[in-house]
Formats: sequence, structure tokens, C-alpha cells
Amino acid sequence: MRIGVVTFPGSNSDHDAYHVVKHVCGQDARFVWHKDSDLGDLDAVILPGGFAYGDYLRTGAIARFSPVMRSVTEFAKKGGPVLGICNGFQILQEAGLLPGAMLRNRSVKFLSQPVHVRVERDDTVVTGGVPVGTVLTMPIAHGEGNFYLPDDDLDRLEGEGRVIFRYTTRDGRLDEAANPNGSARAIAGVCNAGRNVVGLMPHPERAAEAEVGSADGRRLFEALIGVLQRA
Amino acid sequence: MAKARVYVTLKKSVFDPQGKTIHDALATMGYRGVADVRQGKFFELALDGLSADAARTTAEDIARKVLANPVIESYRVEIEP
Repeated sequence: MRIGVVTFPGSNSDHDAYHVVKHVCGQDARFVWHKDSDLGDLDAVILPGGFAYGDYLRTGAIARFSPVMRSVTEFAKKGGPVLGICNGFQILQEAGLLPGAMLRNRSVKFLSQPVHVRVERDDTVVTGGVPVGTVLTMPIAHGEGNFYLPDDDLDRLEGEGRVIFRYTTRDGRLDEAANPNGSARAIAGVCNAGRNVVGLMPHPERAAEAEVGSADGRRLFEALIGVLQRA
Repeated sequence: MAKARVYVTLKKSVFDPQGKTIHDALATMGYRGVADVRQGKFFELALDGLSADAARTTAEDIARKVLANPVIESYRVEIEP
């Protein structure tokens, strides 16, 4: 099994994601340069956090045209597991692989802080085996994480069970004070219709070892690895 | 050479945190009668060898595919022949 981590110009969490896959979880990992169009032997792809192309125009708006994205789209359409973290999530939205768009945070501030997110579904490639209702503590680090979709589309998304993570209090209660960026319905992560593409704003790769304050993020990586091992 | 001006703004239904912040600042500065502020983006495209009609088609195509995100933004194109 091998997991690929895409590096765009401006990615900054690619090494963290690689480290977690390779050294924390003990699985094979390799970097994929954004100009490479061949995903070859990969069983899953991670689009990491950062500021691809300096977030020029809009977050993810230029990165979605990188050559690798054509291959990632094909891979995703065939059911291949794809995880987008923070900027990776924004790129997947711009590429049309995940719904919604990110507005500037409600506070108009860049937010770098730990948050609590509640797992809403256990039937995706990164939450399989993580019980619904589990609260994970992970950091966020973004200026544009204010998830937006029109109300009708939100209703549809919820009806299809595609809201995967929500910002909550430590004990898993919805509370506007616990919604750091003003996201519609406190949405922190969603998936595609096939449930094989997942994006979330918090950084599981920065919370995968107790030494850095939380190991909760490791559970998402382990869930993904579990899915690949059973495949 | 035709020049295209593309204005991209958040849709009316979408909250604009930056516009709101500017609006609040204007109120603090003492400006009265500023009912609302919406922030947007402005692009100037220099289009070589295109008629005004072709320039409009090209600019609208670019605006739709790249410059604006249709989930949150709308755009307007002006052509200067």
C-alpha cells in the first residue's frame, strides 16, 4: 500500500502528512510534484495544507489547474480515496470534487488554534471505524475557512449524509461560540457523493502524536489505512 | 487591442466579512449615510487581435471559469474596443 502526498508550490503541510503516514503509521508514502500527472502505484492521495500559489485569486483557484489535478480527478471518479486538508480541501472545492466554497473567516482574522470537531458519519474513507459522535481535537490554521453553500444545497448535503465533521464544544455540543470561522451549520468537513473524497479544514497531520498536544488526528490516517488494507 | 474589465463581487445573498469590516470602520470614522459596503475584485484583460464581440465572449469565458467562483461570486464584463 502506498499513499501519495501532493506538493504544490506553497504547500506547507506536505512533510507533516508524509511524516504521519510514513513514520507514525508505518506505511509507505511518496511525494507527488504538482506537475506530475502520473499517480501510478498510489492507493490514496492526500492534498495537504498550505498556500498553494500564494492563495492568489482565491484559495485553491490556481492550484486546481495544476497538471496533477487532472489525474486526481480521474482517480477520485474511479473511487480512489482522496483526502484534502485545509488548503487541500479548498483546492478540491475549486476543482468541483467537493461542494461549497470558503469565505473569509467571520472575524476577518487568520485563526491558528486548537478546535474540537465531532465526527458525523463513520462511512467515509477517513472515518470508517471512528464512532459517530467522537470529538477530535485538532488545530486549524486558516483565513478562509468559513464554509458556504446556499441553504437549499445545505439541506441536500445534509440529507445525503455528506457533512462529516462539525465544530463543537469539547463535549460535542453545537454552540456558535465553538464555531471558529462562522461556517454554515458549523461544517468543518464534507465528502463527495461516492464518500471516497473527503475534505476538512482542521489539520489531523498536525495532531497525530501526543508530543504535539493531540494524537486524535492519527485516527483519520489509521481509518484510511484500514480501508486500504481491506480493499 | 480590446480591453476587457471584469468585476467580480460576492453574490448579494453571501455575507461579506471584509465589506462589513470596512463598513464598521467608516462608521467609526464618522461617515454618515453609508448604507453598505461590498468588497470585490477588478481585472483588466488586454485582448490582442479580437473584435469587441469576440473579446466579450473570451472575457466572459475566463470570468466564468477562473476569475469568479460561481458558488459565491458573480461577475460583470465591460469591453473597451
